[in-house]
Amino acid sequence: MRRRAAPVALEDVLELAETDPPPPPRRRRWRGRPWRRGDGFDLRDLLAEGVASVGARPGRLALTMLGTVLGIASLVVTVGLAQTAAGQVGRQFDAVAATQVVVRPGSVLTQSGEERATGRLPWDAEERVERLAGVEDAGALAAVDLGGAPVTAVPVNDPSAPAAVSPPVLAASPGLLDAVRGRVVTGRFFDAGHDARADQVVVLGARAAERLGVGRVDRQPTVFLGEAPYTVIGVVDDVRRRTDLLDAVLVPLGTARADLGLTAPEELQVRIAVGAGPLVARQAPVALDPGSDDAFDVEAPPERSRAREAVQADLNATFLALGAVALLVGGLGIANVTLLSVLERRGEIGLRRAVGATRRQVAGQFLVESVVLGLLGGVVGASLGVLVVVGVSVVQAWTPVLDLPTAFGSALLGGLIGLVAGAYPAVKAATVEPITALRGGV
Amino acid sequence: MSAPVVELVGLTRTFPGPPPVHALDGVDLVVRAGEYVSVVGPSGSGKSTLLHVLGLLDRPTGGDYLLDGVPTSTTSERHRARLRGGRIGFVFQQFHLLPHRSVLENVLLATLYSGVPRAERVDRARAALERVGLGHRVDAGPTTLSGGERQRVAVARAVVTGPSLLLADEPTGNLDSVSSAAVMDLFDELHASGLTLVVITHDPVVSARAQRRVRISDGLLAEL
Repeated sequence: MRRRAAPVALEDVLELAETDPPPPPRRRRWRGRPWRRGDGFDLRDLLAEGVASVGARPGRLALTMLGTVLGIASLVVTVGLAQTAAGQVGRQFDAVAATQVVVRPGSVLTQSGEERATGRLPWDAEERVERLAGVEDAGALAAVDLGGAPVTAVPVNDPSAPAAVSPPVLAASPGLLDAVRGRVVTGRFFDAGHDARADQVVVLGARAAERLGVGRVDRQPTVFLGEAPYTVIGVVDDVRRRTDLLDAVLVPLGTARADLGLTAPEELQVRIAVGAGPLVARQAPVALDPGSDDAFDVEAPPERSRAREAVQADLNATFLALGAVALLVGGLGIANVTLLSVLERRGEIGLRRAVGATRRQVAGQFLVESVVLGLLGGVVGASLGVLVVVGVSVVQAWTPVLDLPTAFGSALLGGLIGLVAGAYPAVKAATVEPITALRGGV
Repeated sequence: MSAPVVELVGLTRTFPGPPPVHALDGVDLVVRAGEYVSVVGPSGSGKSTLLHVLGLLDRPTGGDYLLDGVPTSTTSERHRARLRGGRIGFVFQQFHLLPHRSVLENVLLATLYSGVPRAERVDRARAALERVGLGHRVDAGPTTLSGGERQRVAVARAVVTGPSLLLADEPTGNLDSVSSAAVMDLFDELHASGLTLVVITHDPVVSARAQRRVRISDGLLAEL
């Protein structure tokens, strides 16, 4: 009897197709191992089988994926919108808040509950701070107490007139207008000369000018602070910080010090270059009072990235919880359907075992199927999420921001969820006994 | 005389539990290469248990089973799976075709686990389908086939790997007489081309086609 060791494959079957009874040696061809170096059930087969099984029922595939798709999509939308929103918030910070520093004298709470100042802004605070790198404009200001004296445009003693509320009087240094980004509507703002000479001039906020009936300054209208006349030299509007300036009568700091009994500036408004916040915050107190630089409270914008991170963290924490719940539901969905499909495909499992599949190969197939399901759900979900982020950004006129690792990572996360969700059903599938499985149909 | 494909030596299979059932009680059987054996017997006689043991789906509780001279009773599950894939072809009463796969894919399934070289798989499957007279339906879904055609697909799947032994469990149990005859003719052809067949049936017409008939009752085997 001849026994062939070399691979005999196709021709065997083809020869069998002939109707003539084969010569006796042929009969041996059915026996033995015709292919010594054949291909076992390897990764390629495993993947092909898994994908084929998943693709065999498109309707079920869609339903099974739904949970993962929604979960991954909500995750991507969450992260994407959070990043996008953080980008927007960051930009708003850039506009005003990120370029403004406010310095005030420090204060402590005494044991009796009183607030006591621990520092004092110098009169030349503006000049001191303007020398610092990153500072573009600075201006000091303080509220002036007239002791109840009225502020009027015309001194009229009319006992029957209702007591009008006087506009507040603020003392300002010449740089303040630029520091708060205001605009002169008419006339001019006072300069260092007015300040140094303690000239009796005022500048009116736009609304205060309206209340006092001052429309133009070319005829040098007068405003009375109490009994003292002050010449109006200008009207300002459009301040971006300290909008209370619009309702106020502004006198030069030097004038307030000389005539109105002001003892010290109360606040220093500083306009800085973008990103100079931490630097100015550190240097300004030293410049103002090298001896006790801890005597000031500085309100400075945090570094840009830090601001963004803070906002992002807030947004992410809330939305991520939502995404996680959706993913959990998606994972449970896959686990559920895969488990169901294991029960439903007992016949198939039995058959596969009968044609030579090991337990491990059966388990592997179900695992691959659920990973493929998860991965598909992840890819579809991530794409959907990106579309939603872009769509929302278009509607809101935002710039969509989404880093690529997030998008690709969440697609992979879908596969990981499939892996976890498929583990138990795969173990279940491996324990199916071929005999019992084959008793039922496929 | 050709070498034995199946050798059962004092094989027993006992199912535990009160009372223990001796489904196979010291069975001795030798099936030589190229033989066509039918196993008949009333239900509950141990027919199915014998098939499961022969098909390496079940382990005997005693005695030994040599397949192609290889003892199988105590080998690992993995080795038994490899033997199943490479040396045994199954034909079931219920056909067991995957409904969502084409006829060709169903036949290919058997080549996956048995080590057929990848390049040969499709050609072999087509040849096997040609062999059972279904070369024109390779891309059809099993649900569109008649019962007889389905069973022929199952036969193609069983022989595509070139097994040593074809095990058929009531292969005509779900078929009408015309389809049954076609399947039986197919078995005859396979037998004529040298395949070893063991067919389990309760149908005397089917068992009459076999060259050798064995009766099993109460776990004991007797030649007819």
